[in-house]
Amino acid sequence: MTAATTQTAGPGRASRFVRRVPLHVVVIVLMVVWLIPTIGLLVNSLRPPEALTQSGWWTAIFSPSQFTLNNYAHVLAQSNVTAGFVNSLFISIPATVIPIMVAAFAAYAFAWMKFPGRDILFVAVVGLLVVPLQSTFIPILQLYGPKGLNIAGSFLTVWLAHTGYGLPFAIYLLRNFMGELPREVFESAAIDGASPVTAFFRLALPMTVPAIAALAIFQFLFVWNDLLVSLIFIGAQNPDNAPLTIVVSNLVSSLGGGWQYLAAAAFVTMALPLAVFLALQRYFVRGIVGGSVKG
Amino acid sequence: MDQRLVTAIIVVLGVPAVLIGYIWLTERLLNRIGQRARPRLRPWLWLAPALAFLVVFLVYPTIGSLIRSFQNAAGTKFVGLDNFAWFFTNDASLIALKNSLIWLVVLTALTVGLGLLVAILVDRVRYETVAKSVIFVPLAISMVAASVIWKFMYDYATPPDPQVGTLNAALGSAGIAPVAWIQISDFSFNSILLVIVMAWMWTGFCMVILSAALKGINPELLEAARVDGASERQLFRGITLPLLAPTLAVVITTMVITALKAFDIVYVMTSGHFDTQVVAFQLINELYNFSNPGRASAIGIVLLLAIVPVMALNIRRFRAQEAIR
Amino acid sequence: MAMVKPWETQTGATVKYTGTRDLNTVLTTGVASGVLPDLAGLPGPGQMNQWADSLVDLGPILDVATYKSETAAPLVDLGTVNGKLVGVFIKTSVKGLIWYDPKTVDLSSSPPATWDALQTAITQNKSKAASPWCLGVESGAASGWAGTDWIEDLVLRQAGPDVYNKWWQGKVKWTDPAIKTAFQTFGQVVAQAYGGATAVNATNFANAGDPLFKTPPGCLFLHQASFITGLGGFKTAKSGTDYNFFPFPDINAQFTGAIEGAGDLFGMFHDTPAARSLMAYLVTAPAQDIWVKLGGAISANKKATDYPDDISKRSADLLANAKVFVFDASDLMPTAMNAQFWTDIVTYVQHPDQLDALLADLDKTQKDAYAAP
Repeated sequence: MTAATTQTAGPGRASRFVRRVPLHVVVIVLMVVWLIPTIGLLVNSLRPPEALTQSGWWTAIFSPSQFTLNNYAHVLAQSNVTAGFVNSLFISIPATVIPIMVAAFAAYAFAWMKFPGRDILFVAVVGLLVVPLQSTFIPILQLYGPKGLNIAGSFLTVWLAHTGYGLPFAIYLLRNFMGELPREVFESAAIDGASPVTAFFRLALPMTVPAIAALAIFQFLFVWNDLLVSLIFIGAQNPDNAPLTIVVSNLVSSLGGGWQYLAAAAFVTMALPLAVFLALQRYFVRGIVGGSVKG
Repeated sequence: MDQRLVTAIIVVLGVPAVLIGYIWLTERLLNRIGQRARPRLRPWLWLAPALAFLVVFLVYPTIGSLIRSFQNAAGTKFVGLDNFAWFFTNDASLIALKNSLIWLVVLTALTVGLGLLVAILVDRVRYETVAKSVIFVPLAISMVAASVIWKFMYDYATPPDPQVGTLNAALGSAGIAPVAWIQISDFSFNSILLVIVMAWMWTGFCMVILSAALKGINPELLEAARVDGASERQLFRGITLPLLAPTLAVVITTMVITALKAFDIVYVMTSGHFDTQVVAFQLINELYNFSNPGRASAIGIVLLLAIVPVMALNIRRFRAQEAIR
Repeated sequence: MAMVKPWETQTGATVKYTGTRDLNTVLTTGVASGVLPDLAGLPGPGQMNQWADSLVDLGPILDVATYKSETAAPLVDLGTVNGKLVGVFIKTSVKGLIWYDPKTVDLSSSPPATWDALQTAITQNKSKAASPWCLGVESGAASGWAGTDWIEDLVLRQAGPDVYNKWWQGKVKWTDPAIKTAFQTFGQVVAQAYGGATAVNATNFANAGDPLFKTPPGCLFLHQASFITGLGGFKTAKSGTDYNFFPFPDINAQFTGAIEGAGDLFGMFHDTPAARSLMAYLVTAPAQDIWVKLGGAISANKKATDYPDDISKRSADLLANAKVFVFDASDLMPTAMNAQFWTDIVTYVQHPDQLDALLADLDKTQKDAYAAP
């Protein structure tokens, strides 16, 4: 099928360019506006603390002599920064993988299996999104604590907890994408005698990759940046297992001094989630689903 | 550290393996049962792991909350609807309710609207990844760091001291006196400023999801319509939007609930002063600072009831979708 | 952490420390579930009372006789719940000191002893600074506490320690004329504050005193606790030359010699040999000296005398020799009352005309917060 949209030479191209200028302008303006606050923080992270309260960050651009890497050095020199980084990885990776897997099976069931009460149950699961995490701490900690399983302070506590907390959204998102898949695909598979298990692994899962990628990005991000859940389930009991977020908050906890360290720490901790985002970006590719509609 | 690494690897490889094995096993078991029973049992077997987690971590505490919402602070006797009555007659609560409503409306509108706009626009430029990363970066910054950034944006210094805040400095260069932004509660202005902070972070969230959905739209559909002479606007209204509708519903629902639960930004930037209090913050105050789990639970139940309309809309949408599918 | 180094070296054990802004959350969930650290800083006497059942009795652990002889009696009492000693003060501070820059106004030879004398000093020196008072109440979630300190000092000296104590116990209403007068006096101070009400609410308490050291000076006086010497502009200023203090002047001659103090309580949740040893170590004079030498802190231990300068020594002496010692009233109130007090200071600064409504509101909260559960 020849595309009628291939670039045509001559006047067509020029007018296309002109029509696209506003597009580029809008996108670039949005990008700049979005970046200003972050750049402000980046500049401030490179300045000495006295400068922060005395002059705005933009002034630093005109007097580059004040730039210093001291804040970063201080943050990275903390004795437990590497440990914190490693702990964060230990916590985040399983806490991303498990909920996605568990949710995928549940989402498929909600999307393509009929059973009584399905819609009400699904909506109830989504409704659980509104439960504030803080109100679950005491009952769960009682379960984890010395009166219960006595596993407080270990990574297992947060793996399980983050899975529980992350499931409502994960199921919601995956079910939405799975439900959008073309019915014909599954019907023809059923006619061909494929079991639901096969349909799930061979058809549903590959076609839902963009959604899974998005979910992985978010779940990883939320767990990576989480402070409170780790503090409650691990921190108080076992500081050796404390993730990077707790290590960083130790820098600033007394009387609010130390903005400059917080600024530097923010960029240090941001690096990995950003890398995850860029790495998974390529799964947001057009045509994964589109290609399956034929026939 | 070795020990924990081993545990982590076992978990990362083992849990998926166990789950897959579980599904495979249940399928084998189902094959032994009659043909008719299979489709009736299978959904529950597939849902079981998820339901187990949900019950332990979310449902069980919520039931506890429900019971506690009818009890006094020490949990020693039942006080009926007293906690709820306290919540709705308390001056501070009424301000918090108003603000939470503002958060709900403004945050959702901004994040979903901008998220959609960006997703559509960057779809057509070659530097798409860069643009999306820029919008996404704020989400990667922790809440505390984000609050610090915006503290610097909104900062106010007593004149004639130099302004450190970006906004006030901009005003200064235009010759206007600095403003204590977060103290202005007229028309809930400061609440909206706080919402903007969260919108700055969460637009990336909506954008990523809507972008993924956008990519799922068959490009041939759009091409065919273009060939038939449809304008971009008609394409959007007639094809893109309807196809995005389910995902939009997911994003809107999620943002509405996120808005109701939002409190981190309020906590760091104003701690509820200057009329910026929100319901979620009240909940946490009552629970951890004032040691009144009864009232905190009542607030939690109010939040739960508040999303019932949203859930009802979701059900209606599913039923309508089913009819089409 | 420097404070525990000698103990670590001596015993070979390690102290793992976690600092958090969510102390209340961690400890509340901890007390309910049993997942607790061995030792913890306690947010205040109010919470300590609530968690008394989970806290270990320090009686058999500390050398109580020594502790009692080394510590001011009121502080020992505050750490005792139902006869059980559960909290010890690791750090204390004296509140209600009036700070000034001797280079601007030299009052070291004859500090004002009465409120009227202070007002005269203000009038005489008005031209030397942009405003008479420096004031900043911003402090994150606790914004307003600097103002509550003002009100407490005023109540203490206008109405006396008896009313003061009944007030934090909830037996004197907020709409009582004594309390209202204190608020109104505070309102006068706000009106005379550097930068006006907007600045008062926007400026963090640690930096509120910086205008003292500016050229030309932004203000004449700052009302703040003894720990201000370790914060903001005071950190880089020289004690004695750049700053000095005099205690809050008397208002009513009847109620002279009263001092308001505050402090950080520490408690123990797990009775382990290591915890016992650490706790016993923390209250000794040598341990306290490490803290104290850094400046900006006063020890509850009368024997800790390694103060870095004259100013710290003077404030420590004030505490040790107080004729009438009261503890920070807002810290003693139930948390909900305390929080409302803080918030209403912020509102009062912004809207002084709403005083009556605010006091009535505080009364409502008082009824609620002090009611038996």
